[in-house]
Amino acid sequence: MKITVLLFAAAREIAGAESVELDLPLEASVADARAALLLSLPGLALRTNALLWAVNNEYAADDRILHSTDVVACFPPVSGG
Amino acid sequence: MIELTQQPIDYSALTESVRSHQAGAVVLFLGTVREFTGEAHTAWLEYEAYPEMAVAALQRLEGEVRRRFTVTEAAISHRYGRLELGEIAVAVAVSSPHRSQAFDAGRWLIDTLKECVPIWKKEHYTDGATEWLHPEATPGCSQDPDSETTREERSP
Repeated sequence: MKITVLLFAAAREIAGAESVELDLPLEASVADARAALLLSLPGLALRTNALLWAVNNEYAADDRILHSTDVVACFPPVSGG
Repeated sequence: MIELTQQPIDYSALTESVRSHQAGAVVLFLGTVREFTGEAHTAWLEYEAYPEMAVAALQRLEGEVRRRFTVTEAAISHRYGRLELGEIAVAVAVSSPHRSQAFDAGRWLIDTLKECVPIWKKEHYTDGATEWLHPEATPGCSQDPDSETTREERSP
């Protein structure tokens, strides 16, 4: 299944794009998406462990299973305020 | 009331929005753009937001602060885009029957906002350098947004 991952802040700048499309197996998890993202964008490697993931506007842990209709985002720790 | 905006924050209106005959205390917190952080000399700041999730996270905070504290009204406004020195990046206003709950609720709101709401700050220094500010990951927020334990126990 195709999953579009929205990117923000330093992740967006390193990727040079506001989103990236990943081709993942059915029932792939956030951890699988993280591994695929790293293959697609090696420049994110140094930050991979620090990157947070969100699914449908809520933070998601590595074992969260993804569905093709999910809105998925990946970004560094937040620094608002 | 929550707001995510690219316009200057009207903190007077925000404060008025939480005033009430039921409240004997109103606390307002403003986060503003600081010129010096140690030796680093900031020229301006750029805030980036994930708007859909940031609004959802702010709404969740507004609901949660009412569950945790005796709050009459609460209002949060966060700005994004380019901000100049001294401008207001965030405003939190809370009213409560008594001051201690108003202070506690306001403190909890701004602390939790900084940990959980997907907004990022990029420093633009006077020497032309730029830097995204990324604190350590906050697993208490990222893994369980409704956790009852981690946020309360984390020291400021």
